[in-house]
Amino acid sequence: MSTTYESGDAFEPATEQAPAPDTAPGYDTTGGRVFTVTGGDWDSITLDPSHETERIVVNMGPQHPSTHGVLRLILELNGELIEEARCGIGYLHTGIEKNLEYRTWTQGTTFVTRMDYLSPLFNETAYCLAVERLLGITDDIPDRASVIRVMLMELNRVSSHLVCLATGGMELGALTAMTFGFRERESILDLFEIITGLRMNHAFVRPGGLAQDLPDKDDKGQDIKVRIQQTIDLLRKRLPDTANLLVDNAIWMGRTSGIGYLDLTGCMALGLTGPILRATGYPWDLRKAMPYCGYERYEFDVVTQTSADAYGRFLIRLEEMNQSLRIVEQCLDLLQPGPVMVDDPKIAWPAQLAIGADGMGNSLEHIRTIMGTSMEALIHHFKLVTEGFSVPVGQAYEVIEAPRGELGVHVVSNGGTRPYRVHFRDPSFNNLQSVAAMCEGGQVADVVAAVASIDPVMGGVDR
Amino acid sequence: MSEPTTGPSGPTGDRAGAGPMPGTPTATPGAAGGPEVVPIGAVDLGLTPSVTAHETIGVRKGAFGSAGAGDTSGFGGLIAPIVMPGPSERPYGGDFDAIADELELALADAGVPAESAIERVVVDRGELTFFVAREHLLEVARQLRDEPGLRFELCHSVSGVHYPGDPGRELHAVLHLLSITHKRRIRLEVACPDGDAHIPSVTSVWPSADWHERETWDMFGIQFDGHPAMTRILMPDDWPGHPQRKDYPLGGIPVEYKGATIPPPDQRRSYT
Repeated sequence: MSTTYESGDAFEPATEQAPAPDTAPGYDTTGGRVFTVTGGDWDSITLDPSHETERIVVNMGPQHPSTHGVLRLILELNGELIEEARCGIGYLHTGIEKNLEYRTWTQGTTFVTRMDYLSPLFNETAYCLAVERLLGITDDIPDRASVIRVMLMELNRVSSHLVCLATGGMELGALTAMTFGFRERESILDLFEIITGLRMNHAFVRPGGLAQDLPDKDDKGQDIKVRIQQTIDLLRKRLPDTANLLVDNAIWMGRTSGIGYLDLTGCMALGLTGPILRATGYPWDLRKAMPYCGYERYEFDVVTQTSADAYGRFLIRLEEMNQSLRIVEQCLDLLQPGPVMVDDPKIAWPAQLAIGADGMGNSLEHIRTIMGTSMEALIHHFKLVTEGFSVPVGQAYEVIEAPRGELGVHVVSNGGTRPYRVHFRDPSFNNLQSVAAMCEGGQVADVVAAVASIDPVMGGVDR
Repeated sequence: MSEPTTGPSGPTGDRAGAGPMPGTPTATPGAAGGPEVVPIGAVDLGLTPSVTAHETIGVRKGAFGSAGAGDTSGFGGLIAPIVMPGPSERPYGGDFDAIADELELALADAGVPAESAIERVVVDRGELTFFVAREHLLEVARQLRDEPGLRFELCHSVSGVHYPGDPGRELHAVLHLLSITHKRRIRLEVACPDGDAHIPSVTSVWPSADWHERETWDMFGIQFDGHPAMTRILMPDDWPGHPQRKDYPLGGIPVEYKGATIPPPDQRRSYT
């Protein structure tokens, strides 16, 4: 269909209000008149003044790119104003806690590392600390294992915060921040690959210590300590780039300052921890307050801001990365040769890993040694790996400071070789409860900034 | 707390004392996989009543935990109770005595007798646990939060544990509290029977418990009375059953790998 206008014709509005082509007629329900709209101009529907007070319910997610994975936000809007904001979660529920009850205690690390996939080493360490408390071997963990755990966790904190800044920047339109963030994260993941064999999902921290020691050399034949120091230097050089892009950026400040405000009272009521709590000016950091893994030995500052908004949380994450690098450097100084597994053959796996034809696996040379040494050693190895070790009856709760807040692990044993119950108190799960408090009364566009400042990881929320 | 113990029951349980007993039936092969938990009433354990008072959560049969095969070891008749750490005697050590004293005083001031509110106190592995009677949970929670000497500002987590082998107390809600003021943690444990799975909600004291209680309802079927919206949170709204309960199957399908078929995890041979 085509319409031609002759020159000189004045455009005359239609005398009758024809319905716009993209409007739906709507239908009445007990809750009011409902319109289903998939596009077009809202004004063409709200011509009737009786519609002006109507609220719109918008489902943002679970496939929306700016909601950090599969978070579904149910927003009740009045124009651009958020009247109510609710979260729908569970889209990434994989039943990890249930699955753990059907695996040995050691196999558990393979599962928990996949929960909050941006901070795998925190999940593993928290789980292993809890199992070690149940076993009563907390004080027997070799010093080298604790130092390496701290070093890996702090590197992981940097890589996790980098993703937060990168995706948060992308969601607000700062695409260069995203490319910078992922580029720098890659250098840490390379380091993880050299040390643990995998970029993510490491299962490197095990009950009793570590799966194996640091390698002597990196992939270029350099000493591993030199390589770690190089990565620190590289990050020290590059992290200011991201900071320079955003810290004094008027657009970035306009999008984040005063957005997602939540003060100390709100944080206490909603149980918020991590950068959100520290953005209210309260210096609560478990690494200082209730140290674990020997954190009392390291020198670092607890970063706080007083603005209690998304911008403050952004500044905290920036500075926490520098503090983490400080800790990693101190770890390099503290590293002394020694065992990385508890000296208890009933718990420590007599295993060494090597790259074989079908990928990483038990070192065939090591197995040959075991088989050649004694029959009893072989039986012991077999039983420990297939049956696992028994953990005395009881329960334990361990909490560590993860990048997003306090990560708690509750483990219950009935004396068997498998967990009776494992529960992860993931910081993202708890912190997402604050979406309503942060977003209601604000604009739709600010929801994105507020959620990004919570930095939820749905793998940890849904488990 | 109310009943005296004949002796401390260690975390490993009194295994030697309950060794192979004459007259007990030989263990019959149960379903393959999963810990075999038998209600404590089903077998005579020959234990003193104080030990069986809500710390025994089941019995372990055999020495190697492999069910589904014949008794080739000769240890199949071995029966050992699974005993959770029992009540502790004072002094509890560290800050724990101060916390218990403060709580008892606060409860007395509030007109709640501590003996009926706190069922027992367990100190195990450096952690303090109060077993709270569910009818007094809200009052205990309020005192723990508000009393200056206690000040547990954060309800860190609420989760559940299912003990089908503990008749009358099958479902436990476990609350972990954190005091930022005093840098302390404690655990509250509240039990309820499967047939009457109701526990008062602590959301009026700690709003942060909201989602945690919904998850516990979703996974265990414990209803938290007074919760503003007791709906499922992880599973779909119309999901049948509560997945974390021990009687809920894990599910899964056999997987073929290089010609061999591997059964799902809950049907593999296991050594629990």
